[in-house]
Amino acid sequence: MSKPPPTARPSRYGYVFLAPFLLVFLAAIVAPLLYALHQSFFQDRLIGGTVFVGLDNYRRAFTDHLFQAGLLRVALFLAVQVPVMLGLALLAALAVDSGRLIRAGLFRIGIFIPYAVPAVVASLMWGYLYGRQFGLVHQVGDALGLAMPDLLGKSWMLASIGNIATWEYVGYNMLILYAALRAIPEELYEAASVDGAGEFRKAWSIKIPALRQALLLATVFSIIGSFQLFNEPNILQALAPNVITTSYTPNMYAYNLAFNGQQFNYSAAVAVVLGAVTAVVAYTVQLRTARKEQVL
Amino acid sequence: MTARARRRRPAGSTALTGVMLLMLVYTLLPLLWLVMSSTKDSASLFDSFGLWFGHGFHLFQNVHDVVTYDGGIYLRWFGNTVLYSVLGAGGAAVISTAGGYALAKYEFRGRRLIFAVVLGAVTIPGTALAVPTYLLFSKVGLVDSPWAVLIPSLASPFGLYLMRVYALGAVPDSMLEAARIDGSGELRTFFTISLRLLAPGFVTVLLFSLVATWNNYFLPLIVLSDPQWFPLTVGLNQWNSLATGASSVGTTNFYPLVITGSLLAIVPLVLAFLFLQRFWQSGLAAGSVKE
Repeated sequence: MSKPPPTARPSRYGYVFLAPFLLVFLAAIVAPLLYALHQSFFQDRLIGGTVFVGLDNYRRAFTDHLFQAGLLRVALFLAVQVPVMLGLALLAALAVDSGRLIRAGLFRIGIFIPYAVPAVVASLMWGYLYGRQFGLVHQVGDALGLAMPDLLGKSWMLASIGNIATWEYVGYNMLILYAALRAIPEELYEAASVDGAGEFRKAWSIKIPALRQALLLATVFSIIGSFQLFNEPNILQALAPNVITTSYTPNMYAYNLAFNGQQFNYSAAVAVVLGAVTAVVAYTVQLRTARKEQVL
Repeated sequence: MTARARRRRPAGSTALTGVMLLMLVYTLLPLLWLVMSSTKDSASLFDSFGLWFGHGFHLFQNVHDVVTYDGGIYLRWFGNTVLYSVLGAGGAAVISTAGGYALAKYEFRGRRLIFAVVLGAVTIPGTALAVPTYLLFSKVGLVDSPWAVLIPSLASPFGLYLMRVYALGAVPDSMLEAARIDGSGELRTFFTISLRLLAPGFVTVLLFSLVATWNNYFLPLIVLSDPQWFPLTVGLNQWNSLATGASSVGTTNFYPLVITGSLLAIVPLVLAFLFLQRFWQSGLAAGSVKE
């Protein structure tokens, strides 16, 4: 047999190197997704056992007030928390990159550190800080003679959760944006300086446009995170069981349907709808941004 | 402009530093509270100021209580977390590196399609998959075993994406060609040469997977019911439920346990980030270039 052409032999190794990933990808992502789809078309009935019900579970999901309320709640959360967090992250990234910050490295790592803290620990910690019993917020309020609001009460809970999420992820997003800023070629700044641009002008005309991709990525991930909100409200539930109901967020609803209500099929449908809503919103944001860029 | 040239005009730096100091206080104050609180017994927790010491220094007593309570279950949880993180994150980093390298450096049928599917999967949230994963894994008998936590940790679409971008820039085609001409097999080239060039990207993916697995809560909460297999996150929340659940006398003693246990749980990751700073930051910067 003649020697194979030089490109044929290595190309086979593409599959060899990719095979482990494909295997775990199928087992951990594709298979559960397909299984959830499959499950969502069935119902467990007292009489007749598991029966195929077509889109019944989906019909139920779309008219389910608890599910809708949860979706609205995370949408509200998303509309407020994500801009605040990304705004702070952008400010921090620009500041750390500006060269005008004393000990910038210290700020970079200090603001990033909360990312290394598990959501469980962050929620426990903030939950205690918010609390009446030995919460720092109330200690400070008492010392200053101010009446602090009940941060674990009904009207403040969503904001309190938003603060935890902001605390956890502002540094991570700062770092993503900072990394993108580092990738801007120095020549651009030099050219801008020659043209007489000041620091603010440079930030506005060079840095922020260059950050568009990274900002988009951060936005998409934050949207996904908001819709999937689970850890923080689930942990805080122990401190405020009357405020955080079992359907407080759609993800908590799916969890409680399955594990406290034994409604596995309906839970699968809720998970599928939630995944679809998340994907559609994330995709729409991406698409709209892409279109805008083409117009410009 | 070079860093030095930028530094020549310090105007405004004090104001900027002031604003950033506020942000630094915001991120670090809760952690200071955690450190201070872990030195207190439950009486001090309730009647001393949160950002200062209480009566007596109880840190060592608290640590002792944490590691001995319930036959040392905390240490077991710690060990489980290390196991899940090392095998899960290490495996994810290796698998993503090999896969990203394949997508960046080899031409083969289906390459584009696979990449598109994986990119799409980045937007599928792990939490939405958790309940279906439980249902599927219970069907095949994997529930309540370490595998139920490990297998999902191994799949990291974002890691694959990052490593593909990184491999495109870090491993020159000419070098692969040279290795081929010298008679080095593809596997040998990968392990002896390419892997070295991919190291910063690898460390970055490793650290981010490490955070994801170390901090994982939702999935283990669902797929595990035997406390012997819990990671720290699930165990700590169980303790928290004991502390806050009932108002009976004995339970307030759980607060020092939860607080000190929380502090101990975050130390390894914070150390990992501090020590590997240079590596992961350069990997992240390279990963964000162009593309």
